[in-house]
Amino acid sequence: MQIFLPIAEVSVNLFLLLGAGTLVGVLSGMFGVGGGFLITPLLFFMGISPAVAVATGANQIVASSFSGLLAHLRRKTVDLQMGVVLLIGGLVGAALGVMLFNYLRSLGQVDLLVRLCYVVFLGIIGTLMFVESLNAIRNTRKGRKAKRHKHNWIHGLPLKMRFRTSGLYISVIPPILVGLAVGVLAAVMGVGGGFIMVPAMIYLLGMPTKVVIGTSLFQIIFVTAFTTMLHAVTNQTVDMPLAVLLLLGGVVGAQIGTVIGLRMKAEQLRILLALLVMLVCAKLGLELVLQPNELFSIAGIGGA
Amino acid sequence: MMRWLFLLVLMALPAWAEEEVVLGLSHDRVSITADFNGSEILIFGAIKRETKIPEGPPLQVIVSLAGPSREETVRRKERRFGIWVNTESVVVDAAPSFYAVATSAPWREAITQTEDLRYRVSIPRAIRSVGAPMSVMNAQAFSDAIIRIRKENGLYQLLENTVAVDQQTLFRTSIKMPANLTEGAYEARIFLTREGRVINQFDTVIDVQKVGLERWLYGLSRSNPMAYGLLSLTIAILAGWGASTAFRMLRNG
Repeated sequence: MQIFLPIAEVSVNLFLLLGAGTLVGVLSGMFGVGGGFLITPLLFFMGISPAVAVATGANQIVASSFSGLLAHLRRKTVDLQMGVVLLIGGLVGAALGVMLFNYLRSLGQVDLLVRLCYVVFLGIIGTLMFVESLNAIRNTRKGRKAKRHKHNWIHGLPLKMRFRTSGLYISVIPPILVGLAVGVLAAVMGVGGGFIMVPAMIYLLGMPTKVVIGTSLFQIIFVTAFTTMLHAVTNQTVDMPLAVLLLLGGVVGAQIGTVIGLRMKAEQLRILLALLVMLVCAKLGLELVLQPNELFSIAGIGGA
Repeated sequence: MMRWLFLLVLMALPAWAEEEVVLGLSHDRVSITADFNGSEILIFGAIKRETKIPEGPPLQVIVSLAGPSREETVRRKERRFGIWVNTESVVVDAAPSFYAVATSAPWREAITQTEDLRYRVSIPRAIRSVGAPMSVMNAQAFSDAIIRIRKENGLYQLLENTVAVDQQTLFRTSIKMPANLTEGAYEARIFLTREGRVINQFDTVIDVQKVGLERWLYGLSRSNPMAYGLLSLTIAILAGWGASTAFRMLRNG
């Protein structure tokens, strides 16, 4: 059954959309990731223009993160103070990102920007995760434990602030910068940015692992909501029915994924996720490098 | 009323005005609903004449259906630093979002080149491009690209020999419109030709419109984007909250 998307102005198979939503939901449940970085490329592959895919992806992440955040708030694993500091950076970053997005859109280069961002970030993250989880598997076999981080240059910066929930006393500059970077990515790539923020919070800021996910979700919701608004107001590229369908699949998929995730070992999961990320990266990368069948394109919805 | 009179006068102008089109349409309105999957329009009619059928080569019928025209930016990719990047772009002044032309005979027999120029019947003639920047070499390639890309998507169609004409009096054809249609007034034109010359033309309009929820959402996103954005967010948050509550209740029995 086909369904006509009013903003994207294409007709897509309903079950394909629900299936994509479910698949990404399963993966996000299994790996504990938002899934935005998989949804947006999947929408590209379905022929939805990058401008609509990015804006709608941001809207969909609001929904999937919200149910996650509720669970974390109940367990009190959210550092609200840190969340707000990250958020300040995030909002500025999102505004900058949308400005960059609209500028490149007027030049006709937004498609390239989005794809390049995906290739670069998916490539880096995929490779890092792959190497790290391989090492982790090797280390657990040898019975070694991973090192804990120590004091670094972060602790020499001014404007220090006490973060009670995280038990940290650090400068606000690094979290603001982390938030800023994630905000730009949210606006340009239509992702939550958890895959950048979570490692940054653990390794750079030294936050305890148990509050990392909840705090990042807190920041992601507000930044993606802000991004959705910016895209809706400046480009009119948020496709509501598309977001709702992805979300329906995603919600069900996430519950299935959580069950599967509990039955597998963390390292195996991470290697799988790394391979998946590298696969999506390779597909997008090849499309940039190989000569396309059609060299010409007509500027479509959102100018992409 | 005046418009119809004017049209009638116009139709009386061509040399062999004794043959006229009487037209029927399967529907004069296409509604884009949520499950819209393209539409097929049946265009049929009769040729009204006071005298008997003239001698000589038979009458041919050409039917064209054109969606709303608008300015299009066409971009060309080139390899830069190993990747394919959009470089040159040309703005084509007016290209119809949809264009189908059906004939009752092979193209060359149906209409001559001069008549095609005058009435803009063939696909390349339906596109207007004058303002290509001087810096761009081979601007024609950009117009050709529009035709090629839209033909592939079923948006431009050349349907030779698909108009059935019975005894030079009755004709019918059907045009398939794909799912990815643009809203607007679609202009249907019917030409009667003899020896490639147009002897009568009849115009009518088919409305293509989004309806229901589709129309409402699209309208809201343009007229009040702030409200649209807030509504999207509200739905997203409600869905997220609803899902988490539902599954918690499920787990707790």
